[in-house]
Amino acid sequence: MNMDFLIWTTKRALALIPTFIGITLISFFVMHLAPGEPMSLQADFNPKMTPEMRQRLRAQYGLDKPIYVQYAKWFKGLMQLDLGRSFSPDRRKVWDKIKERLPVTILINVLSMALIIIVSIPLGVRAAVRQNSLFDQVTTVLVFVAYAAPAFWVALLLMLYFGIELNWLPVSGLHTLMGYEQMDTWHKVLDWGRHLVLPVFVSAIGGLAGFSRYTRSSMLEVLRQDFITTARAKGLPERTVIYRHALRNALLPLITILGLSIPGLIGGSVIFESIFAIPGVGQLMWSSVMARDYPVLMGNLVIVSVLTLLGNLLADLGYAVVDPRIRTGLREEE
Amino acid sequence: MPFKKTLPKTPLGFIAIILLGMYQVALAQPGQKPVYGDAIITGSIGDASNLIPMLSSDATSHEIAGLIYNGLVKYDKDLNLVGDLADSWTIENDGKTITFHLKHGVKWQDGQPFTSADVLFGYKTIIDPKTPTAYAGDFLEVEKAEAPDPYTFRVTYKEPFAPALSSWGDIVVLPRHLLQGKDITKSPLSRHPVGLGPYRLKLWKTQERIELVANNDYFDGRPYLNGYIMRIIPDPATMFMELKAGGLDWMSLSPIQYQRQTDTPFFKKNFKKYKYLSFSYTYLGYNLNHPFFKDKRVRQAISYAIDKEEIIRGVLLGLGVEATGPYKPDAWFYNPNVKRYPYDPRRAKKLLADSGWRDTDGDGILDKDGIPFSFTVLTNQGNPLRDKTAQIIQYRLGQIGIKMDIRQLEWTAFINDFIDKRRFEAVILGWTLGQDPDIYDIWHSSKTGPKQLNFIGYKNPEVDRLLVLGRRTFDREKRRQIYFKIQEILAEDQPYTFLYVPMALPIIHARFHGIKPAPAGISYNFIRWWVPKNEQKYMMP
Repeated sequence: MNMDFLIWTTKRALALIPTFIGITLISFFVMHLAPGEPMSLQADFNPKMTPEMRQRLRAQYGLDKPIYVQYAKWFKGLMQLDLGRSFSPDRRKVWDKIKERLPVTILINVLSMALIIIVSIPLGVRAAVRQNSLFDQVTTVLVFVAYAAPAFWVALLLMLYFGIELNWLPVSGLHTLMGYEQMDTWHKVLDWGRHLVLPVFVSAIGGLAGFSRYTRSSMLEVLRQDFITTARAKGLPERTVIYRHALRNALLPLITILGLSIPGLIGGSVIFESIFAIPGVGQLMWSSVMARDYPVLMGNLVIVSVLTLLGNLLADLGYAVVDPRIRTGLREEE
Repeated sequence: MPFKKTLPKTPLGFIAIILLGMYQVALAQPGQKPVYGDAIITGSIGDASNLIPMLSSDATSHEIAGLIYNGLVKYDKDLNLVGDLADSWTIENDGKTITFHLKHGVKWQDGQPFTSADVLFGYKTIIDPKTPTAYAGDFLEVEKAEAPDPYTFRVTYKEPFAPALSSWGDIVVLPRHLLQGKDITKSPLSRHPVGLGPYRLKLWKTQERIELVANNDYFDGRPYLNGYIMRIIPDPATMFMELKAGGLDWMSLSPIQYQRQTDTPFFKKNFKKYKYLSFSYTYLGYNLNHPFFKDKRVRQAISYAIDKEEIIRGVLLGLGVEATGPYKPDAWFYNPNVKRYPYDPRRAKKLLADSGWRDTDGDGILDKDGIPFSFTVLTNQGNPLRDKTAQIIQYRLGQIGIKMDIRQLEWTAFINDFIDKRRFEAVILGWTLGQDPDIYDIWHSSKTGPKQLNFIGYKNPEVDRLLVLGRRTFDREKRRQIYFKIQEILAEDQPYTFLYVPMALPIIHARFHGIKPAPAGISYNFIRWWVPKNEQKYMMP
């Protein structure tokens, strides 16, 4: 890498800091605009709750102070990598609450991302190469039907069929309830695998549609270009033309999409997590929103926004690395 | 937690529930003796939050904590208060002083002896301003609490307070040796409780499951079932499928699941269904400061215009009964002889006409002084039963010329922006009931302030007087008369149109024996449930 590139990277990275602070600032204030307060769930409509107790709780949470003071306090904590304690009755550390849910969320998202890539790229390429063929049309329809079908409904149908009718797969949860501790490692992995089949599949359906469409259109564009004609004219085998020359170029825009998917890896989906009873990040966020648990929400937001910004940066870098035109473009900009 | 908002789907409550009828009685065959072993798996839509009971207010936490902790007193199967950790008690000094005599030889699950110092410590903790508890209210009435010896605990109240005795349940007894001098909000006990009860916590995987194992040294005899496992399954449809797939032994059914989806041979062979009136009711409440609803005749007219039977048939599929007041019909303080409002649209129209509401412009909507009778009813989001109820009411009111719109709101916004600010005309909501008739907080005129529960603004001096009297009276028969009178006045005034009392609908795997439905519901004798050796399913030490 040359010097210009390093300087450019550093600049880009530094520019993220004010953006990040802006995100936290806006979110913090917007969050407090929502009606209700963290103790609403505990205190509202509870006859045993005295007004004094309510005031004391507000003071304990620091909600009696002006909002900019609350933000300053929160930000000071963040600088020391302390996300604070949850406002829910358990008062646990925010990081502990998020941390215990990350592994399973990341596992499912990575598996589903892998499934999406493995299935959708060949699908997209094939559909592009044989544009308007029967295969193209059938996959288009199928993919859109899958995309349009509500995830919860698909999940319930699959559970009903594979879990109850055929009794092949477990309905929900992450592993067998009884006797799991006595299993050896191999059987434990197998058990997890059986439990993960449906959730991973359901969470991949939506992405499958999008990603195969992107691949297809990107591929179509590349196939029309002159260098493909040249490659064919050179007498290269069609396989080489498609996979070596065309696909490589067609994958460029997909890097951006992949980069943007990074924050999605830790963001769970409340719908499919609820349906499959998976203790992931999505459910935590949902209940925190309902309970106005500001520290947990802000904690998650910090993580997601950092990953989003990093994902953007990585996508840009990825471009620069794979596409020489962008690298040379940089120098002209300077 | 007597008057919590009724959740859209209450997880299997250990709140005592009175039995009305039942589907099948699970009786052990004669000659069979209970044996130890097996475990029960139940489902809950929400995770527990904190297993120190005074710090949490959600149903799941209390359900689990109820199996781990014990109180001085408890309700028995017929809803009488009986001793739990207390052998007996005496009430002296005109009802102001209660002396509890505690059981000897009871041990905390870590082996330390239980004494009156633990009760005193729990009391001091619950009234400590630094303790974030929602349950301090009853204990602030206490003037003096003392522990003269390890097995005696005495409290003196500022004035006689009839609901006092029942407040000494499992919320207030804490292990002093583990908590003294520590910050209770950061105590490890909130996730690793040490109690006195029939079960001990084995494992709690957040948002996944909570496993309890039998406490071999339980003072009231070891429970027969070795384990109690609660799986957290947020989606009711998934929970039902888990039940079918054999992953659950016990869950609460919705009316449609009870009536239409569990009548198959599979369910008849493997499960038993129960039903009894839940401790709750649903109502249509009016903002009594709104010009439309100030007139009693208008409220009575609306009550006549609503067909409650139709709502019970349509919304609950018949699994509920008509509410006539703020209590359920099988409580000892329920007055069956109050004014009733059978469906009678002609009478409704007449009452409205008497109070000046007529359709003068012929648009089908009643009007008075040029204002049409049109209002909005608010209800909370995510409760399909209340939504359907609202729609049926909307249809019936439309027939007598009242235009009612329905608006659903997210719970917190509903309470903070509409109820607390009195920005509503009418609401459809529900109350969860306690085992004591005291309803001071909902109906007394001093409770109409911000954040208080008499948010409809009901003010009746006679009701005020009776509510205070009811709190000071210990004699059961006298109390009954007082609350009978209150119900008569409420039925006449119709500050709410009381709609229905729904039923609790648990389904339990057929291998469990010893379930004996009683006025308190089914879970009061949970520790005596058992499974015959040849039917035991789960091996748990």
